[in-house]
Amino acid sequence: MNAIEARGLCKRYGGTRAVDDLRFEVAQGEVFALLGVNGAGKSTAVRMLSGLTPPDAGDALLMGRSVARERAEVRRVVGLSPQESAVAPRLTTRENLELIAGLYGLPGSRAAEALEAFGLAEVAGRAAGKLSGGWQRRLSIAMALLPGPRVLFLDEPTLGLDVLARRALWDLIESLRGRVTVLLTTHYMEEAEALSDRVGILRAGRLTALGTAEELKARARAASFEDAFVALAATQEVE
Amino acid sequence: MRTLSLAKRGLLEMVRDPLTLIFGAGFPLALMLLLSAIQSRVPVPLFAPERLTPGILCFGQSFLALFAAQGLSRDRSSALMLRLLCSPMTARDCLLGWALPLLGLALAQGTLCLGCAFALGLDVNPRALAMLAAALPGAACQIALGLLCGSLLNDRQVGGICGALLTNLSAWLSGAWFDLSLMGGAVERIARMLPFANCVDAGRAALAGDWAGVAAPLLIASGWALALSAAAGMAFARKARAA
Ligand SMILES: Nc1ncnc2c1ncn2[C@@H]1O[C@H](COP(=O)(O)OP(=O)(O)OP(=O)(O)O)[C@@H](O)[C@H]1O
Ligand SMILES: [Mg+2]
Repeated sequence: MNAIEARGLCKRYGGTRAVDDLRFEVAQGEVFALLGVNGAGKSTAVRMLSGLTPPDAGDALLMGRSVARERAEVRRVVGLSPQESAVAPRLTTRENLELIAGLYGLPGSRAAEALEAFGLAEVAGRAAGKLSGGWQRRLSIAMALLPGPRVLFLDEPTLGLDVLARRALWDLIESLRGRVTVLLTTHYMEEAEALSDRVGILRAGRLTALGTAEELKARARAASFEDAFVALAATQEVE
Repeated sequence: MRTLSLAKRGLLEMVRDPLTLIFGAGFPLALMLLLSAIQSRVPVPLFAPERLTPGILCFGQSFLALFAAQGLSRDRSSALMLRLLCSPMTARDCLLGWALPLLGLALAQGTLCLGCAFALGLDVNPRALAMLAAALPGAACQIALGLLCGSLLNDRQVGGICGALLTNLSAWLSGAWFDLSLMGGAVERIARMLPFANCVDAGRAALAGDWAGVAAPLLIASGWALALSAAAGMAFARKARAA
């Protein structure tokens, strides 16, 4: 069974086709990067795949469960770190993690473990809304990971992180490889190239390229992955 | 359990907001002291403690609607909502997670007002507790109304509609500040159908030990509480589906 199977997902907002007939598969334990310029439809795709936004047409299977018909089951297997940091501002870092443990019916000790595991101990007692953007982001990602999801969606996870925090997150994603399926979006090409087993490129809601970073480089006859992205994110050809 | 975790968060966030204390407790208590001071110089029967206290309770509760609406609409516009909707929480769990801490605040607010009323000369007897209990449907109405507004409106609209319009409307139509029969006609008839005046009437009847007089207005208020809760539930579930 694949972890993710997108089967012709479509979403329109008014006249714009945010996501148009999206089809791809991600194997269990794979790290997959979804790329595309601003407005290409990455976040919309993530929201549909994680069972938040119902697709206008098409469906997707998450660990074999339909996002259109089995949202409750899908929620049990997915974790999401939204593009904007999602924290309760007046709660402390620790209380935010305890909240998540509670929402998933997990013991409060998981919050203490997460504080250590994600290097958040030093800001444990500070109000989340008063943390710097990067710290909020770290907390937000820790909150997505705490329940131990089978499939993890990270929408621009490293936006606003300092170099050390970014490295730490890369190591974390690396450690998840093989155990947790990770779909991440990013505007940093070196990140996509370093982390992901395969890459998909969205252009105006349509998937225009799919493959390993090496394959895409070869296909675009580009010297670097960034050059390949520039070439592919601008073409209309569908793989 | 899940709902309680969310309820705890709601309570902590509200208690840490100074506006909760200022509007939820400070404002009603200040008004109560002011009107009692006037009452002691120029006796106004409407402002004697046994008539004033239920009115103050109703006035204070209108701020619960404001807190409910503000909290929920702020949540809806933040990415935290995505996180909640992506968790195993159902729409009902989420709404209950908001409603429970507000009910807790309502009890705290009621107890505080009652304590103040005792200090101002309200008879200390079991009927006062009955009045507190009779105020609960009113609190439920306001909370549900707030959650309904919070489900439908954005942060700015909530400030105007719940902050200005609703608090004033429920105050005028509650019969707490002047006798509704003075207005007469359609206004009075509408006011008697809405929950606010009924809550005040139920409270006054409870304080007077007029149990027959408690039942009818309490029933109307409870009906409103149920209807508004159902409406809030539907509105929120619809917004949640279309996240
Ligand atoms: N809730 C919404 N209402 C209306 N239009 C929307 C909504 N969400 C997304 N869109 C539109 O859908 C398109 C895709 O947006 P989306 O946020 O998915 O892009 P993205 O690839 O995540 O962009 P970015 O890199 O800037 O985050 C855009 O044209 C956007 O304006
Ligand atoms: Mg996006």
